[in-house]
Amino acid sequence: MTTHANPSPSSVIPRGPKGREGDPSVTLMQASPASGYNFAYLDEQTKRMIRRAILKAIAIPGYQVPFASREMPMPYGWGTGGVQVTAAVLGPADVLKVIDQGSDDTTNAVSIRKFFQNTAGVATTTATREASVIQTRHRIPEETLHAGQILVYQVPIPEPLRFLEPRETETRKLHALAEYGLMHVKLYEDIAKHGHIAKTYAYPVEVAGRYIMDPSPTPKFDNPKMHMSAALQLFGAGREKRIYAIPPHTQVRSLDFEDHPFRIQSFKEPCALCAASGVYLDEVVLDDRGGRMFVCSDTDFCETRRAEGHREAMLGAVPFAGERVDA
Amino acid sequence: MYVAVKGGEAAIDNAHTLLAHDRRGDPSVAEIAPDQIAEQLTLAVDRVMAEGSLYDRDLAALAIKQARGDLIEAIFLVRAFRTTLARFGYAEPVDTGAMHVRRRVSATYKDLPGGQVLGPTFDYTHRLIDFALAAGVEIAPPNEAEPDGDQGRMPRVTDILSSEDLIERDTADDTAPVGDLTRDPLSFPADRDLRLQALSRGDEGFLLALGYSTQRGYGRNHPFVGEVRLGECEVDFVPEELGFAVPLGTVTLTECQMVNQFKGSSEIPPQFTRGYGLVFGQSERKAMSMSLVDRALRAGELDEERKGPAQDEEFVLSHADNVQATGFVEHLKLPHYVDFQAELHLVRRMREEIAERAENKAAAE
Repeated sequence: MTTHANPSPSSVIPRGPKGREGDPSVTLMQASPASGYNFAYLDEQTKRMIRRAILKAIAIPGYQVPFASREMPMPYGWGTGGVQVTAAVLGPADVLKVIDQGSDDTTNAVSIRKFFQNTAGVATTTATREASVIQTRHRIPEETLHAGQILVYQVPIPEPLRFLEPRETETRKLHALAEYGLMHVKLYEDIAKHGHIAKTYAYPVEVAGRYIMDPSPTPKFDNPKMHMSAALQLFGAGREKRIYAIPPHTQVRSLDFEDHPFRIQSFKEPCALCAASGVYLDEVVLDDRGGRMFVCSDTDFCETRRAEGHREAMLGAVPFAGERVDA
Repeated sequence: MYVAVKGGEAAIDNAHTLLAHDRRGDPSVAEIAPDQIAEQLTLAVDRVMAEGSLYDRDLAALAIKQARGDLIEAIFLVRAFRTTLARFGYAEPVDTGAMHVRRRVSATYKDLPGGQVLGPTFDYTHRLIDFALAAGVEIAPPNEAEPDGDQGRMPRVTDILSSEDLIERDTADDTAPVGDLTRDPLSFPADRDLRLQALSRGDEGFLLALGYSTQRGYGRNHPFVGEVRLGECEVDFVPEELGFAVPLGTVTLTECQMVNQFKGSSEIPPQFTRGYGLVFGQSERKAMSMSLVDRALRAGELDEERKGPAQDEEFVLSHADNVQATGFVEHLKLPHYVDFQAELHLVRRMREEIAERAENKAAAE
């Protein structure tokens, strides 16, 4: 687990469920909000506008609600939608986790986490179960999310029909009429051409039996986790100015055909570090002679398992940097 | 041994320190100050103000310094600052007819009230590198002239044309509320106010290319530069508690009124049509490109066949913003290994299946 510096104990804000502070496996930190900006950067009027869009999105699961996305101090395409949604739902008592590609330590995740440390001073964590708000890019954590948690997705292209029909005026009409033939034809053509549906990520889903929705470019491996999840799932697309949502306990079905049922990726070998199987793995190239290993994409999941004593071959064989020295 | 990239935080901090170091360059060379940029790189400052949608020379100059001269990065800095500012109201429409004109040229009339005023322009300079400039040169003071007659009043060419009804009237209602795409999400079809706002904030290079494409037949609209004018306009604001207009200051504007081929109907005899461009600061290239694209985007309203990208509202407005464009193009640098892994998985599986089939076939034969 990560321990962050605690620069201003005086700014500690009461947070979360009691007892969390005593748990040494949990990493919480407080930072003083950057002066000159409102809590979590956005002004309250803007947050209200975003919250209204979020409420509408929750009321109409899978429907893309236009919102007046603001220019954020990070580039469009780098999570501005997710950041705005997070800023709108974040309260001083929240505990925030930010992941990119499943990892808490990829540069953009670090950057976004730091942004909220500076502007909101909220506690942050890498532990999935301890977070009340998790902002993610391209993954859903392996650990099952629980009631009360909010998963905020960063979405590049919210429109699942975009690459079939580039015009927004048309796609909005198609959604309004639930006219999804185009999508089914595309999936069928994939099977005819490749023998498989050639969608491996951003695999389209039907939400609550009505809207077809883009789950953001998560691997289709993660699609089943969206179904009937106890957590609230919010999707923010900043550049495209859209917010959509899956309320807790909502049906989410990955599109498929009777004779070509939806299947998720499976890996032949377990994680080379923590021996987990049935999880999504990243391929790591070890040399230029074809050597490679597979490790958990969800770093918190992997670290937790290793802390619990799970070990796979690669751990013993080489000096391991994973038991990292706390900064 | 590799274990999912760690130490991102330290790496980011180090990268930023290195960036600051590179920005400074050779310390034996004097550091550039924002006021030098504001005074001597005025057109860069103008572009950053125009596309940053914020009229503040000093801030734009500082942004250019911070961005190491990368203008799109500077525009981004200005935009991110602008978005945090409180919006206390909207100014009164600016009267460019009352502009304090520094430059005004018309391509449709040889002479006209107010005359042609060449002003500060690169036009007709020979593009020869001026090596004397490297050493710094004494500049002769500019010649000054009294404005010709009528206190130098310069009616707009389009007003001259519309007094004879030769050009369509400007029908926009000055009292109607104007849209603001920075406050409300843009939806299509968009009204002309929003289109003009998007174009005025849009990327100069993108509009230039689109405007150019209309000249080469992708949605041709037979343009004449009615006039281009550059100068200072007063901005008025009516505070609710006062109920009358108070001047807030002046802004430098470049305005282009494009006069385009006629259009008529059974009710209205043929008239020239308009394309309009208005930009903060001095940028004729941008104002002219904007007026070409504005005219092209009126294809629907004027019942013209849409056959060029410049006439396609969704295409133009969705891609004109360089801050959005650069963010999304450059986000491809972010890690995508989760998605790539998914693709690898499928490609390998498809290849295995093909190999299996070939094997089975060979075995059968």
